[in-house]
Amino acid sequence: MIVIQNYLIISALLFSIGLAIAVTKRNAILILMGIELMLNAVNLNLVSFSQYDPNRLQGQMFVLFIMVVAAAEITVALAIILKLYEYFKNLDLDEINSLKK
Amino acid sequence: MFDELLKNFDYTLIKQIAFAAFAVITVGGALYLLFTKNVLYAAFSLLLTLLGIAGLFVFAGADFLAVSQIMIYVGGILILLIFGIMLTNNKNFQRTNLQPNKIEVKHHNRFWAVLVATLLFLGFLKIIFEANFHIIGKPIHNSSSIQQIGINLMTDYIFAFEVIGIFLLAALIGAVYIAKKEKA
Repeated sequence: MIVIQNYLIISALLFSIGLAIAVTKRNAILILMGIELMLNAVNLNLVSFSQYDPNRLQGQMFVLFIMVVAAAEITVALAIILKLYEYFKNLDLDEINSLKK
Repeated sequence: MFDELLKNFDYTLIKQIAFAAFAVITVGGALYLLFTKNVLYAAFSLLLTLLGIAGLFVFAGADFLAVSQIMIYVGGILILLIFGIMLTNNKNFQRTNLQPNKIEVKHHNRFWAVLVATLLFLGFLKIIFEANFHIIGKPIHNSSSIQQIGINLMTDYIFAFEVIGIFLLAALIGAVYIAKKEKA
């Protein structure tokens, strides 16, 4: 049996790494990857607590809905990124700095 | 003799070794994603991380969620991300044609970000070790959760289920509308 702290530590690590990725990377797609990583860390946390609640499984239901929201978020974000690339020919977020020319 | 060996074997040890392996895969993929410069390698290390998380879900007794993690994240989101990388590939970043998959990303203020992330992690560690969870001693029933999830989706969470279906449809249609080429 695996104690719950292991899950929590892994999830804390994933969240911190995801935050570092979202802050350091300059490519918009990699920032999305960092956000996905943070969402996954939260999912892991919820699932690990949900195993103490086998009759209602509220944590696992929550994770299911988070997954759907993450999928919706990534599709819309990628559509916006494609449009950005069409306009700026670049995805470097330091150079995308004008709303309208 | 072999049966005896199997009978005396410590299965919890195997379980812990497998758990540690999945944890190392997950965290290693994430760390590689943080420090690599190549965008495609970053996508593949994200694949490793997502698969590792699916394995950890199995250890936490969430078999249905592990399968849906693989199907949604690896089969859907990661493929979408790789499509995005391919479609937005700026040829100016490639030095030679010999390395067509070398799409590089630059970093900025890496030192401060890593410092803040480390401090955040230490804060989380402090919270985790100081928290006094009442549930820790309780037994865990790791049976299959599929039936309970189905019952939940059709009773307690039926409204959220319907709403999230409409939400997903709206998001997909909106994404197609945003991404379509405008007529000049």
